[in-house]
Amino acid sequence: MNWRVTAGGVFLIIVAAFLIYAALLSPTFGLKDSEGDYIERPMDQHIIDETQTQTGADNGVTAVVFDYRGFDTLGEATVLFTAVAGVIIIFRRLKK
Amino acid sequence: MSDAGMSKIVKTMTGVCFPFILIFGLYIIVHGHLTPGGGFQGGAVVASACAMILIAYGSIWTMKKIKEKHLSIFESLGALMFISLAFFGIFLADGIFFDNFLVKGAFSFFGLFANTATGVADINTAGVIPLMNIAVGLKVIAGLFAIVLVMAYATHKIKEVDDQ
Amino acid sequence: MMAFQIPYLAVAGLIIIGLYAVLFKRNLIKMIIGITLIESGVNLFLITLSFREGSTAPIYTSSPGGPMSLPVPQALTLTSIVIGVAVLALMLSLVIHIFKHYKTLDVRKIREEDN
Repeated sequence: MNWRVTAGGVFLIIVAAFLIYAALLSPTFGLKDSEGDYIERPMDQHIIDETQTQTGADNGVTAVVFDYRGFDTLGEATVLFTAVAGVIIIFRRLKK
Repeated sequence: MSDAGMSKIVKTMTGVCFPFILIFGLYIIVHGHLTPGGGFQGGAVVASACAMILIAYGSIWTMKKIKEKHLSIFESLGALMFISLAFFGIFLADGIFFDNFLVKGAFSFFGLFANTATGVADINTAGVIPLMNIAVGLKVIAGLFAIVLVMAYATHKIKEVDDQ
Repeated sequence: MMAFQIPYLAVAGLIIIGLYAVLFKRNLIKMIIGITLIESGVNLFLITLSFREGSTAPIYTSSPGGPMSLPVPQALTLTSIVIGVAVLALMLSLVIHIFKHYKTLDVRKIREEDN
């Protein structure tokens, strides 16, 4: 059982080193570069500017979830339906 | 959770608090296109109110009143409404899947636009988005309540078989 | 410069603690809590990518003006949270089924009984 503990420990230390190195390489928190203006995000800027005239909604996040990216919400509804069906099938035999 | 429910004070206070939480959750679902919230968030609030009823009154009483057959009919209704609103974009308008066809001038059922000057809008704006919010809200309420109810009843049955 | 990256270091800390709980604990319920911690770390990472300094929420009803934060990573986080709930429900029902059959929740005893 001892070689399992050492193998798990080495794996954990390697993954921890990679994660901390990646955390220090990420974009600056607050998205400002060295001069003081914002880093450019063209897709999100287009969504923020055009939501009220293209969809008529006041909420940017709901317009993205149901209008600009509605196909992802269809996949998520399928996952929720499959989870509920799976739970009811597992406990079907006890109800006799 | 114990099978016969909790004491009399807990049952009375749960019965008093349940309508207020229900109205708050339905408010979050319906106003999803104006204020923060939407279908998933409001559905989670109403499902936790239903879980509160399940803990206070016990799993035997709740299973006698609400079978999971009726809950699965609710959930299928929500999913069918969502997918049929997506398919109407092909048949009744230009031919694009998931089109917001109620806002582009074909029917004007929910077709007002938000007022950019004052920033305060009515509910019948934003086309197909409030109808999709209601469909997803129904699906999440029925699904989460069915999961919690089936797990509680199955644990009671396992303990009953063990005690014999 | 390193003081500004604190949310990303918190993400790394959550994932490391979750991975330790999955690898080194014997109880099945503690392993499931570790998987939930990894899920929470990934959701925090998605929201941290969407913040602009001095901005408000991307909602136009009575908004005070000024720059707005990005709405697309917030929408992806919503989907990720719902998928986490679905996976947690299936894992917990399988643990109840295992407990009914083996009468214990210790992973080493279940593996010995199977051999």
